[in-house]
Amino acid sequence: MLEISLKIVLVMISIALIMNTYSLVRGPSLPERILSLDTLYINSIGLILIYGIVQASSINFEAALLIAMLGFVSTAALCKYLLRGDIIE
Amino acid sequence: MNFAIELILSLLLLLGGSLILIGSLGLIRLPDVYTRLHAPTKATTLGMGAILIASMLFTLFDQGSLSVQQLLITLFLFISAPLTGHLLAKTAMHQRLKQIDKTKNAELIEVARDREAPNHSSD
Repeated sequence: MLEISLKIVLVMISIALIMNTYSLVRGPSLPERILSLDTLYINSIGLILIYGIVQASSINFEAALLIAMLGFVSTAALCKYLLRGDIIE
Repeated sequence: MNFAIELILSLLLLLGGSLILIGSLGLIRLPDVYTRLHAPTKATTLGMGAILIASMLFTLFDQGSLSVQQLLITLFLFISAPLTGHLLAKTAMHQRLKQIDKTKNAELIEVARDREAPNHSSD
């Protein structure tokens, strides 16, 4: 039962990633593109976690932690650049 | 791993996957940027919480130990989602993006945009 639900969830997250890529290309404004990138990295963390359950290993969690930290920093830096025209004032 | 644990894990995983799918669908379907902010910051974060709980339970019952990394990822995602939403809403207001006509209290956007940073030097 766990194998079947893992496959279903992998397909669901893949469809969500395709939707995010479509939203990233469509736009139309810059904050919406940043929001799509933000959702894209959060969903990819989910994909890595599910893959970790499939493999029954805990090596992937450190990659997920790195993506979570760097993704938030990059989103904050992009928003700050759009708000003030400068990142570190 | 017995049947009950597999059932709980499957239910949590399916809940998380559905919420992530709903969040990404809302990102496409909702009309303007201010309503689009709601879908990923709320639904996707809740779905990630469900998937992380399932992952923690799997590690606990499969390897017999609770790992710190998943707890850290949960904490980090739950802290960073409201901050991201706030920053993006501020950016959208400063870029003067159009809101839909049904938005209530739309005149307050001007007030919020022109508000200056607090001045602490006069204390």
